[in-house]
Amino acid sequence: MSAILVIGELNEGVVASHTFELLAAARSLSDAGGGDVHALVPGDSSVGQSLFGGGADAVHVATNQLLQTELTVDAFLPPVLNVIENTGADIVLIAQTAFGRDFGPALAFNLKAAVAMECTGLTLDGGRLQATRACYGGSARAEVKWGSSVQIVTIKPKTLDALATDDSRSGEVTEVSEVGEARVKILGTEKAEATGIRLEDAEVVVSGGRGLGEPEAFGILEELGNLLNGATGASRAACDLGWYPPSQQVGLTGKTVTPNLYIAVAISGASQHMAGMSGSKNIVAINRDEDSNMVQSSRFAVIEDYKKVIPALIEEIKNLG
Amino acid sequence: MNIVVCVKQVPDPETPASQFAVDEAAKRVIPAQGIAPVVNPYDPQATEAALRLRDAAGEGTITVISLGPDSARDAIKHALAMGADEGILLSDPSFEGIDNFQTAAILAETIKKVGIPDLILMGRAAADWDMGVVPIGVAQLLDIPCVTVAKAVEVGDGNITVERVLDDGFETVETTLPAVVSVSNEFGEPRYPQLRQIMLAAKKNVEVWDKESLGLDPASVGSDNRLLALEALYVPKVESNVEVIQGDSPEEKARNLALKLREAKLI
Ligand SMILES: Cc1cc2nc3c(=O)[nH]c(=O)nc-3n(C[C@H](O)[C@H](O)[C@H](O)COP(=O)(O)OP(=O)(O)OC[C@H]3O[C@@H](n4cnc5c(N)ncnc54)[C@H](O)[C@@H]3O)c2cc1C
Repeated sequence: MSAILVIGELNEGVVASHTFELLAAARSLSDAGGGDVHALVPGDSSVGQSLFGGGADAVHVATNQLLQTELTVDAFLPPVLNVIENTGADIVLIAQTAFGRDFGPALAFNLKAAVAMECTGLTLDGGRLQATRACYGGSARAEVKWGSSVQIVTIKPKTLDALATDDSRSGEVTEVSEVGEARVKILGTEKAEATGIRLEDAEVVVSGGRGLGEPEAFGILEELGNLLNGATGASRAACDLGWYPPSQQVGLTGKTVTPNLYIAVAISGASQHMAGMSGSKNIVAINRDEDSNMVQSSRFAVIEDYKKVIPALIEEIKNLG
Repeated sequence: MNIVVCVKQVPDPETPASQFAVDEAAKRVIPAQGIAPVVNPYDPQATEAALRLRDAAGEGTITVISLGPDSARDAIKHALAMGADEGILLSDPSFEGIDNFQTAAILAETIKKVGIPDLILMGRAAADWDMGVVPIGVAQLLDIPCVTVAKAVEVGDGNITVERVLDDGFETVETTLPAVVSVSNEFGEPRYPQLRQIMLAAKKNVEVWDKESLGLDPASVGSDNRLLALEALYVPKVESNVEVIQGDSPEEKARNLALKLREAKLI
C-alpha cells in the first residue's frame, strides 16, 4: 500500500505557505492512485489541524520543542524516519527551502533512496513517480524515475498553487516525540531587511541587472516598483557586485517569482536567471540589445538605454493615473 | 589543517542558448564547438576557502579530488595553480553516467583512503545537474556534520563557524570537525592563478585512481546502477512572440509602452 508524505515546515509558529503547495501536489498524486496523503510538521496538535484543510488525510506532529524553534537536519531525521516507517510512505515531498535542500538529500542517504531536487510536473506511471526537472542552469529538462522504493522529491516554493482551504476536512493528529541530536548549532540569524512587498508575493516585479552599470540605479527601479505596487529584484551579476542584497536575487540560486508583470531592466536573460522568472505571466524587457534572450523571451520590449526610458516611463504611468 | 576539496568539470554554464544542444538518444549534452568545459563555478570558491584556512593555520595539506573523465584533470590543475597541494583524479569508464548517489559513495571511499581530513570543502552544487546533493551525501556516508551554502568560514579549536545564506537572510552556525562545508558564490571572488603558478601546476603530478585501485564493488558502480534513472534529456522549446515597442525617441517609446501596458490591463 503506497502513501505520500509531505514534510511541513513552520514559519514564525504557523505552517509555512509552501507546505500547502506541497499538499496540493500530494493531493493530485493521491487522486492518481498514489495512496493517502500524510503530512508531518513540527509543532503541537493545534498547528497540525490546519493541514487537513490543505489536503492531508492524516497528520503527524513532531512535538519536541527544539524542532519548533531550531529545525535542523539531524534533529528532524528520527521523527521523519519513524513516520515513513509507520505509514509505508513511498513518496516524500519536501520544499526546496534552505532547510529542505539539506534535508531531502540527508533523508535520501539514510534510506538508500534517490532524491530529485526542484522537480516540476510530477506524474504517476504504473504507480511509480516520474518527474521533470530543469538542469544545466535551466537550459535542459530531465525526466527522472526512481530505482529506490522510497521516492524523494523537492519542490521550489511558489511553483505550485495551494488548494482552496476545505474546512469540512478533519482527522486525527498523531504525535511523534522523537528528536535527533543536532550536530550543527545555530548561533544566530540575520533577517534580510524587508522593505515593502515580499518578492515572492508581488504581482509586479521590477528587476535590474549588471547593465545598470551602478548600484544607485536600483533607486529608480524601486521608484517604479513602488509606483506599480511591486517589489524590486536583481540578477546574480548585480548581487555579486554588491549592488543589491542576495535575498532579492531572482533565478536558479535565488528566488522563484511568478508575478503578473516582470520588468527586466538591463538583464540579458541567462538561463539561470530565466529559471527563476520564466513563469511570469507577462515579461517586459528594457534592454539595449534586441538579440538578447530577455528581449526574445518577453511580451513587450523597449530597445533603449534604460537611463532614458525608466524616468520617462515613471512619468507616463503617473500621467495615466 | 588538512583539507580535501572536491571539484568538478562541467560544460561552460555561460554557453549561449544557440549553442547548447542535447543528444536525446544518448541523453547527454553535446559539447559546444569551441567552448571548453570549465571548473564548476562554485568550486574555485571552495578552493579559495581552503587556501585561506590552510594559510591562517600556517600548516596543512590541501588535497583536490575530482571524479570525471581524463579532461577533469584541468579542474584539478586549476585548484593546484591556485595553491592547493595534491590532486587525485577518479576516473574509470564505469563512472560515466553514474548518479549523485554513486558519486558521493566513490568520493567518500576516496576520502577514507586518503584519511579523513579536518575539513572537506565543495561547491554548493554542480552547474550541470544543479542538485547540491553530493556534499550532504558524502557527510552522511562518513557520518560527519554538514553545513551548506557558506558565505564565510572560520575554524576554531576542533570546530568551525560558518555564515550561511538562507532564503531571507543569513545564519551563523557552529559544528565540530571533521565536517563537510559547501561554499556559495556569496563567499566572494576566488584568486586567479598567475601564469607562473599555472606553469608550476602543469608539472605537478595528478594521481589517477580507478575502480580497482579504489577497491569498489564492480556491481555497485555504473550507469546501470543508478538509483535515479534518467528517462529523457531535452532542450525545452521557446518561441519568441516579442512585440518591440516603437517610437522616435526614448520618451515616445516609454509613452507607447505605458499605453500598451494599460491596454493589456497590466498596470
Ligand atoms: C551555477 C550558476 C548559477 C547561477 N544562478 C543565477 C541566478 O540565480 N540568478 C541570476 O540572475 N543569474 C545566475 N547565474 C548567472 C547567470 O549565468 C548570468 O551570468 C547572470 O544572470 C547575468 O546577469 P545580468 O543579466 O544582470 O548581466 P549581463 O549578462 O552582463 O547582462 C547585462 C544586460 O544589460 C544590457 N545593458 C547594458 N547596458 C544597458 C543600458 N544602459 N540600458 C539597457 N540595457 C543595458 C545588456 O544588453 C545585457 O543584456 C548563475 C550562474 C551559474 C553558473
